[in-house]
Amino acid sequence: MNKIQNKLSENKRLLSIYFTAGYPKLDDTVEILQELEKSGVDLVEIGLPFSDPLADGPTIQASSQEALKNGMTTDLLFQQLKDVRATVSIPLILMGYFNPVLQFGVENFCKKCAEVGIDGLILPDLPLAEYEEHYAEIFKKYELINIFLITPQTSEERIRQIDSASEGFIYMVSSASVTGSSDGFGEEQENYFERIASMKLNSPLIVGFGISDSKSFQQATKNTNGAIIGSAFIKMLSEKGLGGITSFISSIIRV
Amino acid sequence: MNYNVNEKGYYGEFGGAYIPEMLYPNVEELRQNYLKVMAEESFQKEFHELLKDYVGRPTPLYFAKRLSEKYNTKIYLKREDLCHTGAHKVNNTIGQILMAKRLGKTRIIAETGAGQHGVATATVCALMGLECIVFMGEVDIKRQAPNVARMKMLGAKVVPATSGSKTLKDATNEAIRDWINNPVDTHYIIGSVVGPHPYPDMVARFQSVISEEIKTQLKEKEGRENPDFVVACVGGGSNAAGAFYHYLETPEVGIIAVEAAGKGIDSGESAATSALGKVGIIHGSKTLLMQTADGQITEPHSISAGLDYPGVGPMHASLFASGRGEFISITDDEAMEAGLELCKLEGIIPAIESSHALAIFETRKFKKDDVIVVNLSGRGDKDLDTYIKHFNL
Ligand SMILES: Cc1ncc(COP(=O)(O)O)c(C=O)c1O
Repeated sequence: MNKIQNKLSENKRLLSIYFTAGYPKLDDTVEILQELEKSGVDLVEIGLPFSDPLADGPTIQASSQEALKNGMTTDLLFQQLKDVRATVSIPLILMGYFNPVLQFGVENFCKKCAEVGIDGLILPDLPLAEYEEHYAEIFKKYELINIFLITPQTSEERIRQIDSASEGFIYMVSSASVTGSSDGFGEEQENYFERIASMKLNSPLIVGFGISDSKSFQQATKNTNGAIIGSAFIKMLSEKGLGGITSFISSIIRV
Repeated sequence: MNYNVNEKGYYGEFGGAYIPEMLYPNVEELRQNYLKVMAEESFQKEFHELLKDYVGRPTPLYFAKRLSEKYNTKIYLKREDLCHTGAHKVNNTIGQILMAKRLGKTRIIAETGAGQHGVATATVCALMGLECIVFMGEVDIKRQAPNVARMKMLGAKVVPATSGSKTLKDATNEAIRDWINNPVDTHYIIGSVVGPHPYPDMVARFQSVISEEIKTQLKEKEGRENPDFVVACVGGGSNAAGAFYHYLETPEVGIIAVEAAGKGIDSGESAATSALGKVGIIHGSKTLLMQTADGQITEPHSISAGLDYPGVGPMHASLFASGRGEFISITDDEAMEAGLELCKLEGIIPAIESSHALAIFETRKFKKDDVIVVNLSGRGDKDLDTYIKHFNL
């Protein structure tokens, strides 16, 4: 079983953290991963920075720009991750936009992912139909799980379609927004979380976008399997550096 | 060979809809409806009435006698510069505002480079009484100040894009992010034949009125519908798509697309996508784009804000890849000279974008009896500052 599936089968509310590789410093990647695992994070999304991150708000845009300025590349990220499995065992997902993957070569990219021990990919601008027609075989060959997104506007029919194409979890975007733009969830989001939960999908649901603290984590995971924190974590990194990771994580998952 | 879009939204290998799921419902709604809506009689009637009475179509096809004498060939200018608001852009915004209304949208967003598309969008929003927000790169806001003022007078809100190179690409990113944040009531009026399917096809269809008119007008003047060549500048490629549209499947008509070389193709400051680009994904479309080996989109340069874009629409990528189109790139200086020359020879001050198309005659030679139609996509009023600085006027 893939590490992601394994983790999902544990009966708990999962905390996933997103960070941009190459930020704050070019070589922080592995140390951040080690700190996250030590602090009790369940899975991690490593962001491959892109010049034009369409679905991201100002925080992740800025960290991506900074990471690129620091010199991050796809090649370098794979080099940094070469021995990551010697010290980090939680599931690792690469999240990025499709163009850098396309330039690297989709097959080559997947092969590298498998070599360094990546378990899954989130490529928000690679649509389901394209994936199924051209790339699903390659992902399967390298045992990579592709994670799809749904939003409050996604139709029930399409959610079912995405559910049946999913082998890991469904990334449930909390509201109609780019990353990092909400503070707390209202009734609308809670209804949406409940509505999707009541669909009894095969795939576990993990909520992302707009989760920043313990309260929003609790709200997001009441009816779902977990939640992802991105912008708030990056903001913390830019303020406190890697030394702030442990206390940030424990502020979220303290019971 | 078919140079038009197929049912999956591709021109050859280019096109498609590489969009995050957040945009799927909007883009899908448009995809399912655009052809149906455009085919409605009431839509066609309203569209054509507005093009006639409001935009001032048909625009003249003007035989440029002195320019033709100078270059020893027959040059016609398709006078899109005489459209209301000063460029071809309004053909598309009229079409899209009618589309938006039929889809029940109440809030309109747009990106703009030169400001021509922003003005054309603000104009149709005023006409229809709809809220209008235009995203514009901070750099472009400075170099196209009169158009910023125009948009404001027309009631639009102009939002500066401060990310990246602060030009058209970044304004487009911001518009897309706004659409993600406002998925229900908002229609995004894209200003060129770029973006996810069905945008490139929809915009090309709205602009195709240009070549439809050229055919009738040339028939009157030359006794034949087909010129030997159609020439247009390509930023994203909407004026070119409109000028080429009805000639795509007519191989005896040569298609010449003119890109901005900026300070020179090898200068590192260029926007000549066909020469410098590779296949990739930009703004939801698989097309040719300027990028690093690592797949990061690079910052283009052109003296003309409207051509300052690191990609081209998928139709043009396909015209380039298949060899159907001839691609020429023109530097900033060459374009400026050609612009000034048109003023002197014909009494027409062209937009700097259009000056790129005019500049090919210095190097690309034609036969004496060749009939060439150059799409004069816009007028130069918005560019006076740039002309003044360049020529110390
Ligand atoms: C006068 C004029 N021509 C051409 C363009 C370039 O756009 P496109 O390539 O879509 O025609 C612009 C864009 O702003 C413009 O204002």
